[in-house]
Amino acid sequence: MNNYNSPDSKGKFGIYGGKYVPETLIPALEQLEASYNQLKNDSEFLREYNQLQSEYNGRPTPLTFAKRLTDHFSKAKIYLKREDLCHTGAHKLNNALGQILIAKSLGKKRIIAETGAGQHGVATATVCAKFGLQCVVYMGEVDIERQKPNVFRMKLLGAEVRPVSSGSKTLKDATNEAIRDWVTNVNDTHYIIGSVVGPHPYPMIVRDFQSIIGIEAKEQILKAENRLPNHIVACVGGGSNAMGIFFPFINDESVNLIGVEAAGYGINTDKHCATLTLGEPGIFQGMNTYLLQDSNGQVSEVHSISAGLDYPGVGPEHSLLKDIKRVKYFSATDDEALKGINLLTKLEGILPALESAHAIAHLEKLLPETGNDEIVIVNVSGRGDKDLATIINSEILVSPSGVED
Amino acid sequence: MSYIKNYIDELNKNNRKALSIFLTAGFPNKTNFVDLAKSVLDSGADMIELGIPFSDPLADGPIIQATSKLALDAGVTSKDVLCYAEQISKHSNKPIVLMGYANPIKKYGIENFLRDATNAGVKGLIVPDVPLEEYDPFFHSEERQSLDKESPNNMSKEILHHAQGVIQNDRIDVILLTTPTSSEERIKQIDAKSSGFVYCVSITGTTGVKDSFDDSTAENLKRTYSLIKKNKMLIGFGISKPEDVKRFSPFCDGVIVGSRVMKSLLNKEERKETLKIIEQLSQACES
Repeated sequence: MNNYNSPDSKGKFGIYGGKYVPETLIPALEQLEASYNQLKNDSEFLREYNQLQSEYNGRPTPLTFAKRLTDHFSKAKIYLKREDLCHTGAHKLNNALGQILIAKSLGKKRIIAETGAGQHGVATATVCAKFGLQCVVYMGEVDIERQKPNVFRMKLLGAEVRPVSSGSKTLKDATNEAIRDWVTNVNDTHYIIGSVVGPHPYPMIVRDFQSIIGIEAKEQILKAENRLPNHIVACVGGGSNAMGIFFPFINDESVNLIGVEAAGYGINTDKHCATLTLGEPGIFQGMNTYLLQDSNGQVSEVHSISAGLDYPGVGPEHSLLKDIKRVKYFSATDDEALKGINLLTKLEGILPALESAHAIAHLEKLLPETGNDEIVIVNVSGRGDKDLATIINSEILVSPSGVED
Repeated sequence: MSYIKNYIDELNKNNRKALSIFLTAGFPNKTNFVDLAKSVLDSGADMIELGIPFSDPLADGPIIQATSKLALDAGVTSKDVLCYAEQISKHSNKPIVLMGYANPIKKYGIENFLRDATNAGVKGLIVPDVPLEEYDPFFHSEERQSLDKESPNNMSKEILHHAQGVIQNDRIDVILLTTPTSSEERIKQIDAKSSGFVYCVSITGTTGVKDSFDDSTAENLKRTYSLIKKNKMLIGFGISKPEDVKRFSPFCDGVIVGSRVMKSLLNKEERKETLKIIEQLSQACES
């Protein structure tokens, strides 16, 4: 694969993507696309963005060799891409920084965002604080309850957090409400979408801003090992951290790209969000993409212990990458993710977010099939401080020796 | 020629603006819904816009979100909606238009849906999350393109005949929406792509009951009305009172009222007033 070039001029990734939104938003999407296409080649914009990335966000983030984790499996060498070390604790700031600069250039005074785990909400509230813009974050009531520290952080940062009580009261519903706000206030408001989802040009813009993860990882692994990795593993909810690390490797066919979705209580139950594993194409929140839906085309209420993965859709580019088999998608259950947290914390002293723990959990399946001469990179998309309450309440208790049998 | 356009034209010739009443299909209850729709028509509505309930209605405000959810909780499906349409259309030759988000229609199968809707007597279709740029990808999937090749001229599909003074045909009008943010060029393109009428969204926002409109609303309606050449133009979103209808009548061929009626149906106390509200709106449509 050396000719990958998506999306096309109409915002389609194959048959996926598009702009399935109310007419009101079309001019704003066109304006956003035009502005982005101009800014991405503007040296002043790039200078400011890169400076913020290094001096404010703390980039480049390290690629850490996970020695004890590698010893634990005694198979491929495992490296961790440390997005957990980004300012605000996850990869989300890569995108929020880029989009706030676009919003500034568009002259927008008000910023809105949706959030699930609260990491994107915190990132957006952070850039609004830094640039002095008004910030409203929509968050489902269920997520407000399970991600309390992030709710408090957003408020401390000066954002207004608006609870969403419709539907499943999670990320999907927060996104609906943010889109409705944008439809109403489109003239003075920019919507910072937090993942590679929604109508074109968002999936492209968010992917591009997140691609710094993969660009750095490639440089770093070449420096450390003088060769490309064999496998890259990332969790997928909407799929922004995964697109960010995958995208710069898409044309490197030798690199096995692996996305891990949330299987919740298990993919044989109705409590999961394994969209690419079990969904089928549908039109949702502005895009044509794989979707968990019922026989009448109603969007399913889904479940994951991780608020950031608790979403019935997925970025349209992942839908294409699944169909063309460039990325393989698997899933990990709530329990497997909790075990992943335990594993990484005990062996490496790194507490990953519940989202990222799904990628860690997949190592149990992947590593036995690898050889000692292979290299695996796992994207640790965020840190788990926000999840302590969920982890403490879970049944997986922390065994003193660290790792279970 | 479009059944709906002719129907509205007849009304306009008789100095009346068309009153289209939006109802969430199957709400407030499945068993009496057809009777409700019939009495809405008998109370002075000229058209019915039947909303196919959807789990994630992006263009709708809290009232229609609530009625859609209650309809879904009661188990209303796309098939049920078509079944209601069929029964209502047997009762009256007033046009029935379906309003449905893209995904339930896609899931039903777009060709199948259009065929079954036509057979149920439905005259028009509004899909609020399929704007101009997605019209062809959505309505002209490969399957549909091959069907169109068999009868390239849409007019050849139309079976025209006179019945009760109005021209009928078997083609469903696809109705696109304009909004205050649409450029003049887009409005012209939307007019060209639509048939029957163009749905002019009065405000930037979701459906709902608006207490007052500022002057920019009338300005936008005037602008849009002057650009719509091929179709009739109905306005909707926020329109709730007879005064609204009177105020905006000069700049449209009819009005669509949804949330005001749904709000009244949501409230058990107010429910019995619903038909009176429609009568008053209908009176306001006379000039």
